[in-house]
Amino acid sequence: MNTAIIAALLLILLGIAYQTGCSRSRSLTLAGEARLHSRPVYHGALVAIWSLTPALLILALWALFGDTASRAYVLAQLPPETSSFAPADLDAAIRRIRQIESGFGIIGDAQPWENQVAQALREFRILTSAAIIAAAAGTGALALWFARSRISLRLRARNEVERMVSWAMIGCSIVAILTTAGIVASLLVEAIRFFTFVSPIDFFFGTVWNPGFSTTGHGSAGEYGLLPLLWGTLMVATIAILVALPIGLMTAIYLTQYASPRLRGVVKPIIEILAGIPTIVYGFFALVTVGPFLAGLGNLLGLDIRATSALTAGIVMGIMIIPFISSLSDDIIRQVPRAMRDGSLGLGATQSETIKRIILPAALPGIVGAFLLAVSRAIGETMIVVLAAGNSPYLRLNPGEPVSTVTVTIVNQLTGDTDFASPQSLVAFALGLTLFAMTLILNVAALYIVRRYREQYE
Amino acid sequence: MTSDERLGLVRAGLAARHAREWRFRFYGILAILAALSFIAILFGMILSRGLPAFTQATLTLDVHFDAAVIKVGERPTRTGNQSHAEYAKAVSDWERKMTMVNWNRLIEAAVREAAPDTKANSREILSIVETNARFELRDMLVADPTLIGKTVQVSLLASANADNWLKGNIDRALPDAQQQLREPARALADQLKAEGKIRNAFAWHIFTNVDSRSAPASAGLAGAFVGSLYMMLVVIVLAVPIGVMSAVYLEEFAPKNRFTDLIEVNINNLAAVPSIVFGLLGAAVFINYFRLPLSAPLVGGLVLSLMTLPTIIIATRSALRAVPPSLRQAALGLGASKTQTVFHHVLPVTYPGMLTATIIGVAQALGETAPLLLIGMNAFVAQVPATPLDQSSALPVQIFLWQGNENRNFFEARTSAAIIVLLGLMLTLNAIAIFLRSRLEKRT
Repeated sequence: MNTAIIAALLLILLGIAYQTGCSRSRSLTLAGEARLHSRPVYHGALVAIWSLTPALLILALWALFGDTASRAYVLAQLPPETSSFAPADLDAAIRRIRQIESGFGIIGDAQPWENQVAQALREFRILTSAAIIAAAAGTGALALWFARSRISLRLRARNEVERMVSWAMIGCSIVAILTTAGIVASLLVEAIRFFTFVSPIDFFFGTVWNPGFSTTGHGSAGEYGLLPLLWGTLMVATIAILVALPIGLMTAIYLTQYASPRLRGVVKPIIEILAGIPTIVYGFFALVTVGPFLAGLGNLLGLDIRATSALTAGIVMGIMIIPFISSLSDDIIRQVPRAMRDGSLGLGATQSETIKRIILPAALPGIVGAFLLAVSRAIGETMIVVLAAGNSPYLRLNPGEPVSTVTVTIVNQLTGDTDFASPQSLVAFALGLTLFAMTLILNVAALYIVRRYREQYE
Repeated sequence: MTSDERLGLVRAGLAARHAREWRFRFYGILAILAALSFIAILFGMILSRGLPAFTQATLTLDVHFDAAVIKVGERPTRTGNQSHAEYAKAVSDWERKMTMVNWNRLIEAAVREAAPDTKANSREILSIVETNARFELRDMLVADPTLIGKTVQVSLLASANADNWLKGNIDRALPDAQQQLREPARALADQLKAEGKIRNAFAWHIFTNVDSRSAPASAGLAGAFVGSLYMMLVVIVLAVPIGVMSAVYLEEFAPKNRFTDLIEVNINNLAAVPSIVFGLLGAAVFINYFRLPLSAPLVGGLVLSLMTLPTIIIATRSALRAVPPSLRQAALGLGASKTQTVFHHVLPVTYPGMLTATIIGVAQALGETAPLLLIGMNAFVAQVPATPLDQSSALPVQIFLWQGNENRNFFEARTSAAIIVLLGLMLTLNAIAIFLRSRLEKRT
């Protein structure tokens, strides 16, 4: 209800402001002989920006602090007998009062004082929201009037609007930086809190992963060794690369060097379908089809392969990465100058010799970059390993056994009821920090190599 | 060495070289075939398992709304001297009584009428009917009080176990102890099926019902679908404008300096950061610091917006880069300002490209699971979220929850069906993008 009123109000304000700016500036040109510096549209936009900004600011402040204000009001209204309440009881009382106020039922019968405070709160809420809406509308109107009075023939409305637009664009670009900063800051802060429970040495070099449960107390009762998880991650990623690299690379080579344009036009999009499939689907595929198939195959060969194992997760992850490697390598191979290829063919080399001795060495840096990006992808992949790797954090050499990875453990430690005070859930951030650092190094290296490679042939 | 000798040497090696050439080509074809067969197997598996789940065993019964069993009066009407609270209490009492009616007796009687010679006892009879069938009967009566004392033909879902048995999802040769249904119930199900009183009907409730634990056969995707819809809306409202604006800035306005370089490296790196890290960010910042509600599509949408932002920026930038510089030069030459050039002339040309960027971003957001698990969206939610701040699930998370259900025989098919819905949605998105793109490109 309130939201609808506010939205309608803002829209009306926007419309009036824009119209005012347009018509006022237009009337200036009609009255005098001189020409406006900026077209009326820009005057309209300028007035609209001027009048909406303060109104939005007030509403935003209310959205941020309104809850605190109403809480403070409730606290002030509470009768003296509640002064002895513990903080938790006080919170519960406030919640009850708010529920009564909003008209939802509460459990049990309401105390008279609760009803009284709820009634006061209702009045307070109606009053304040009316006041806020009025204040927003008032300042908006005031700003509108001020902006209107600024309109003159020589007002550089276009330049002002353009400056505001470019500031808005810079603001949008900074969101990306803020995101990175937010990731680093939140991971670091929580990881440091974790390291007050467990020493970094025990974490980074420990070989046992056994975090225990947070319900058994807040002590660092468990053992938080990273190595078994890291080992599992590397094993799964290696298997994935062993599957994806040959298939992806050979696909790219065949499609760029041998295939007719028609075949390429059909096959390339089909393979890229693999890149668009959600990872949860791959996970399900691994769990339901690939795992049992591998276990059956193992039985046939006399090997002990479990249905959920590093092998299952790795192979399916490899399938997922194929289009990633093939389309990146495709781009890179096509950037190798044609003259190099033609020279080799002209000297009598066969096509495969040209590819192996000329094109691949020339494209090697780019392919290494693609490889690094693929590794980073494999390390950070979550859902496939959550479903198909078996979640068993032990140092084991056999890929047919279940493993656990960094990402799986993050999910396990941070899902369900989490309080951010126990090492059991904080460890997820230390793991996330490790993961972020690993992928960051791989990504930056890969981007650097790819960029250098592009410059070489451009 | 004479030229003849040299020629001889080359000729001698030629066969081996050609063999190597053919082998290399063969490896290439093999790789492509491997990739294509993976796709075929994946889709074959999903379709073959999921399609049967779109039809479900449904009983058609003649239910007699027996007045002797339903001993609840009519819905109370508000009398003049009743206060609002008294009236509400009377209605809720009446609703409670309605729910407490032994609806199962009506169902049992209807089944017995359909199969008079069954040896199944009442528990066994009820085990082939979905547990929420009684609520369906109650809702029917509430909606139409005149039904009382009448006999109406009603379609009721069969239970998950009965569905498994009839579809052969469970091995029929298994001994009694390993079967979910007792022997008389299985015989009854077979008999009703043979007589056409159990049919495989299209399972509309997959789209209209919410998730359910007590009545798995009637569990549906509606709640998860709406949750995903809210999140896509948040992504469209937040990530798309911000992404397009920053792409325009970086491509058209930004001076070449260290700050711009920093933003660029940042965006390229963010695009390759594992999605789960964004989940950690959401848990630490949105949930723990800003105290936003757990499991809310709004929070999920925020996390997914941050995640898809680099994708949208990169795709939009490549669209902007494809605009010929002559267009800009012409506009600038005629006296347009830099901003006017970009917003009036360059951007309209790139609408198809921006549309593609939007669809890529939204599709990525639609399919993502891992970060949502960390902000509590894997909670069991049995209602359609009314606002983006209510608890909700999402399509991929629902798939994750269903694949972990204990009733594997039933939920494997159900999960595949949910995957088909998800993939179908993504396919539709892409099809819309391709269609709009071709329309827009023709116009310009």
